[in-house]
Amino acid sequence: MKQYSIPRLMTKLLLPFILLFALYVQFHGDYGPGGGFQAGVIFGAGFILYALIYGLDYAQQLLPAWLLQIGISLGVLIYAGVGVAGMLLGGNYLDYGVLDTHDPAHGQHLGILLVELGVGVTVSSVMVTIFYAFAGRGR
Amino acid sequence: MLFGIYSLVSACLFVVMDAVDVAFTEASVGAGVATVFMLGTLGLTTHREKTPVAHKPLLPLLVVIITGAALVYGTSDIPHYGNPANSIHHHVAPRYIEDSFQETHVPNIVSAVLASYRGYDTLGETTVVFTAAIGVLLLIGGARRKRSDKDDQL
Repeated sequence: MKQYSIPRLMTKLLLPFILLFALYVQFHGDYGPGGGFQAGVIFGAGFILYALIYGLDYAQQLLPAWLLQIGISLGVLIYAGVGVAGMLLGGNYLDYGVLDTHDPAHGQHLGILLVELGVGVTVSSVMVTIFYAFAGRGR
Repeated sequence: MLFGIYSLVSACLFVVMDAVDVAFTEASVGAGVATVFMLGTLGLTTHREKTPVAHKPLLPLLVVIITGAALVYGTSDIPHYGNPANSIHHHVAPRYIEDSFQETHVPNIVSAVLASYRGYDTLGETTVVFTAAIGVLLLIGGARRKRSDKDDQL
């Protein structure tokens, strides 16, 4: 892809906005369309685009495979951990109302935010991992 | 390519049906990432199909026709789209619409339902994605290391 300067330049130009948009979808999912899954996919797609244009080696320098493998399990752990935290605070599993002692609605808000974060981390890591597996096998 | 176009068209269809969250997912997963994965798979396979073992096409055809007929027969029981008398509009949907803001303070009802009311389901979905990655890694993730081992021996 070295000789195609227009895609390279456009990727460089677009990538920050793609990642920023992913973060927006992630944390604005409570108010607008979107959420952890969509944000994770967009975030992963940003890195896939980078890997497609600049090559797998640069992408793996940026986002090494071991980090992704941690991310895959970390997201599920965050999700399940929120449920366990609710249990420790005296509620049911995945009952976010008890996370904030003053206002159950705030606890719900916090719980949804954390849970969506877990989903986003897992999904984005999984997308990039699968792409690495496919692209790494091909050569 | 057709898969990507199909996903994009169905994403537009979901927008028309006012399901923006679903359309979002369809556009990003179906039209974006899945197309890249599809192309990656095509890059891994060869141009020619292996000649299959000769068999009679009648039995598979029969199975396919029967399955298709059963599915078409099943659609006659599906309630009409947008009919206000459908049972889903009377069971939990009114409660979600009326009470979810007081209970969760999340304006997007879809997020509230997905992450809070249906938290177990979403946890299950996340685990499915996790399992998918484990499966892909087990199947084709370790291939490069094996090949370099072989290269060392040669």
